[in-house]
This record gives sequence, C-alpha cells and structure tokens, in this order.
Amino acid sequence: MKMLYLWNYHIVIVLMMVGLYIVIARDNLVKKMMGLNIFQVSAIMFYVSMGKVTGGTAPILPHGAHDVLYSNPIPHVLMLTAIVVGVATTAVGLALAVRLHEDYGTVEEDEIYAAERDAE
Amino acid sequence: MTSHLPALQVVLPLIAAPICFLIRQRTVVRVWATLVAWASFAIALALLSEATRGTISYSMGGWAPPLGIEYRIDLANAYLLVIVTAIASVVLPFGRTGMGLDLAEGREYLFYSAFLLCLTGLLGIAITGDAFNVFVFVEIMSLSSYILISLGKGRRAKKAAFYYLTMGTIGGTFYLLGVGLLYQMTGTLNMADIAKHLPEVLGTRTVLVAFAFVMVGTSIKLAVFPLHQWLPNAYTYAPDNVSAFLAATATKVSYYVLVRVVFTLFGAGFVFGVLRLHWILMPLALAAMFVGSLAAIYQTNIKRLLAYSSIAQVGYMALGLSLHNVNGLAGGMMHLFNHAMMKGGLFLVVACVALRVGTRVDDFRGLGRRMPLTMAAFVIGGLSLIGVPGTVGFVSKWYLVKGALDHGWLAVAIAILLSSLLAVVYIWRIIELAYFEEPPPTPAGKEPVTEVGFSMLVPTWILIGATIVFGLQTDLTAGLATAAASQLLGVVP
Repeated sequence: MKMLYLWNYHIVIVLMMVGLYIVIARDNLVKKMMGLNIFQVSAIMFYVSMGKVTGGTAPILPHGAHDVLYSNPIPHVLMLTAIVVGVATTAVGLALAVRLHEDYGTVEEDEIYAAERDAE
Repeated sequence: MTSHLPALQVVLPLIAAPICFLIRQRTVVRVWATLVAWASFAIALALLSEATRGTISYSMGGWAPPLGIEYRIDLANAYLLVIVTAIASVVLPFGRTGMGLDLAEGREYLFYSAFLLCLTGLLGIAITGDAFNVFVFVEIMSLSSYILISLGKGRRAKKAAFYYLTMGTIGGTFYLLGVGLLYQMTGTLNMADIAKHLPEVLGTRTVLVAFAFVMVGTSIKLAVFPLHQWLPNAYTYAPDNVSAFLAATATKVSYYVLVRVVFTLFGAGFVFGVLRLHWILMPLALAAMFVGSLAAIYQTNIKRLLAYSSIAQVGYMALGLSLHNVNGLAGGMMHLFNHAMMKGGLFLVVACVALRVGTRVDDFRGLGRRMPLTMAAFVIGGLSLIGVPGTVGFVSKWYLVKGALDHGWLAVAIAILLSSLLAVVYIWRIIELAYFEEPPPTPAGKEPVTEVGFSMLVPTWILIGATIVFGLQTDLTAGLATAAASQLLGVVP
C-alpha cells in the first residue's frame, strides 16, 4: 500500500534518471536538450506531487465535506516559475545548437569534437 | 526612499536591461549601462553602511516574511553586493575595442542587455533571503551568462556555452529539488524560517537528501573540483571582458550561496558536527588547489591558464569554508573579495594583450618592453595570485593558514604554502617571456605593437591598484570579513 501511496515519487525518480542518462549518454545536442527537459519536468512533477495534502483544506469555509484532498497552491505557483525557466533554457540551448550546426555542419557531439581535432 | 534601497538594488539593472533595446545606439547604450552599474555600486555602498549598523530586512511588496519574499542584508551579503557592483562598474566602461564580440555592427545593445540581466541575477542571489528566490535569480544569472559566453569569437565559444548550459541546468535543478525537499519538511521557503524549523527534523533522511542535492547543485555552479569541467572552456572562449566579469563574480556568488546553505540554513553544528562535511570538502579543496595549479602550468593559452588558476583559487575558498572557524571562514570570504580583484584585473590585462597580439602564452614574448604598463599590471596581479606580502593574496592566505593552525592541522597549512609555490611556476613563465626574451620582429607592413589606450588601462589599473591598496590597508577587508564570518558562525567577535 505504501508503494502505491508514493507512486508519484517513484515516477519522479525514474523520469529524473531517464533525463540525466540522456544528457550524459546521447551525442546529439537536440536529444541532450530533450533529456534536460525531461530532467526538469521531473522536478516539476515532484513539486506538484508534494502539493497534495490529504486531510487539509483551503482556508475557506468548507461546504459539507471536511476531509478532502487539498492542493497546496504554493508549489504550483513555484512551478509556474520553474516552467518558464525550463522554456527559456530550452530556447537558449536550441538556439546554441542551431549556431553550432551553422558552424560545424552537425549537431552530433562526437563529430564536433572530431572537427575540433582536425582543425588543430 | 532609502528604505526601498534593497529592492532598487535588483530592480534598477532589471529595468535598465530592456531599456537597452529601446536605445539601440551603441555609444548611448554603453554610457547608459555604465551609469546603471555605477548607480548600483552607490546603492550597494549605502546598503553596506546600513548593514554595519544591523541586519536589514525588507519585505518585497509589503508582504511580511515568512509568507512574503524577504530581502535580508547582513554583513556577508552587503560585502558581496559591493564586490559584484564594483567589478561591473569597472568592467563595463572597459574599452569597446577590447571586447572581441561576435555580434554584427550595430547590435552591441544585445550584449549590454545580457550583461545587465546577469548583474541582476548576481545581485538578486546575494540579496534575497528566500530559498526559492535564489533559484530564480541563479537561473537569470546563468541564462544571461550562457548568452554572454556564446558571444565570444569563434565556434568554440558556442560549444563552451552549450556545455556550460547543460552543466548549469543540472546544477540549478538539483538545487531546486533540494529546496523542494526542505519545503516538504518545514513548510516554508524563507531561509531564516527554514533555519528555525529545521532542527526539529534534522537527521531525517529527507533532510539529508535535501542537503546533498543543494550542496551538489551549488558546487557545480561554484566549480568545486571535480565538478569544474565547464569552467576552463567557458572562460577561455568567452569575450575578454566577460571572462573578467564572470571570473570575478559568478563563482563568488555561488560560494556565497554555499556559505549561506551551510551556515545559515543547516547550521555549522549539524554540517560539521554530525555530517562531518569537512572530511569530504577539504580533500576536494586541497585536490582543486593542486590539480588546478598543475594544469595551469601546462597551458599554452593564457586565458585557459587563468581559468585553471581560478579552479585552484575556488579550492582556497572551499578550504576556508571547510575549516569552519572564524579565521578560516574569514580567509575564505576575504579570498572571495581578493580573488575577484586580482582575477578580474588579470583577465583585463589579457584583454589588452589579446587586442594587440593574441592570447597564446607565446604572444607574451618581449611584451615587457612593448606594453610596459599592461605588463606591470600583470606582474602585480600575478604576485597577488601567488600571495606575496603587500598584496591581497597574502592577506587571505594568511588567514587560511591561521584557520588551519587553529585546528592544529599543520599538513593543511603546509599544503596551502606548497600550492602557492605552484602559482609561482605558472606566473613566472609569463614574466620570463615578457621581460627576458626579445620581442619577435614586427612583420613587414604591420604597425609595431604598442601600449593600449587609456580606456583599457584605467579599468585594469583600478583593479590591480586595489590589490595593492587592500593588501597594505587590511583593516577594511579583514575587519569586514572577520565580522561577517563571526556573524555566520554565530559567535561574538
């Protein structure tokens, strides 16, 4: 039962590791950016999951039901900022990838390194 | 008016950045950005004089902490605000010709805009008392610094910026996860409030994981060995004045975040008493001091040499933190200030040299005769990096050695001295080339190498001169750093 209760957090860990693995293991810069995105999304999911408080209510007069699943608004608001940060990071990263493609003719990291070695 | 100075400190450069887009005209934007930096410097000085009388707490938008965002200024961050704004004020007016930007004619306003945003981020990190707010400002600072680095000439600048972006985002997200875990345990984001509620839950696994996330995230930004790989490329290929600005401020602000997390959030008693962080951080700091200096010896590019030396200097600062006593921490805080001056000054010297000859170490051949004022500045900056008495480098290393001896760790004190000797090797290489070698013959049809202009020499000499002034007049920096360290450690000086 406890496993199911923590289901969200398990997903968070899986997503985080998937994202981190892509960033480390993939040579394609666009895929790296996607990995970074998945990594950031795991943090967003983590915040949203912890906003769920069983037994709490919003600070308004309850109408009828007392024990409800309540969403703490603060983590959600924080994540609005984090989403904006994530979008901005992706935009800058992809823009850099475009510039790298213009300069090297490829977005594969190993080919970029090979081009560097040839240039020396 | 004066009661709103903490907000103005951050808001001023933030609003000034988009105004650069409206002005567009190169010279006007330059003057505008410089004036904004000087105004920020004035505000920082006013805040410092106020903070010496007692900690300032400013509620953003009138919402009282811990619910609202609090700007909290004590000695440690008032001191940092002054450093960051001072470096920006000196670097911005630095000669236009010496920047080496990869921007089309007439689009320089983009550079100034990114620079002011970077300044906003740095000041915001320093001033805020809210853990999540730190993340937001870290990202503002990082995103604009990726842009600044990618503006360097050549395709490698973009590669370095992309690599820094990957590392920086991972670091930032780690910090975010750590703060999330802390929020989960304490239900608050205000640093002072977290510190108040944390002792009830210290030792739970969640708090330990939060500590690990925040520490690793910040250490990536600080470039603590072995998380330093992004730094050499980023500083080598960035535009010359950006290298000077970032080397002097970005790692310093990250160091401040680390100090804040360790001493204010978790408390020295838990971090060093229970977790024994110094047994991890100190070997890494010592390794950084030696690996950074040894790598610097073998570099053929002067900017890369200085970048590796920065890694060693970050090691000294991390060592100061891991000593966790007043002298050690004061040494670390002082080194933050001193290294900002000397590395900023040295990178500006390199910018002058790069304009005339190039950035290879070989380019320094015979420069002592061709560019006497610039090379004199290099010698003084280099001596300070080594830690020769009479320069600021000596003062901070003196406090670090004292801090190590207070613990009775003689080996650490000896390591500090030995790694300083390595600095002699890489600095002496340049000095020998510049003063004891004949300058290469001037190629036919080219002007002989001459001294750079006034607009570049003055900012360089302001920073280099400061290393001597504060090396001889130690009361101000040492007094402030010791007071800040005592405040952080919670002992009465």
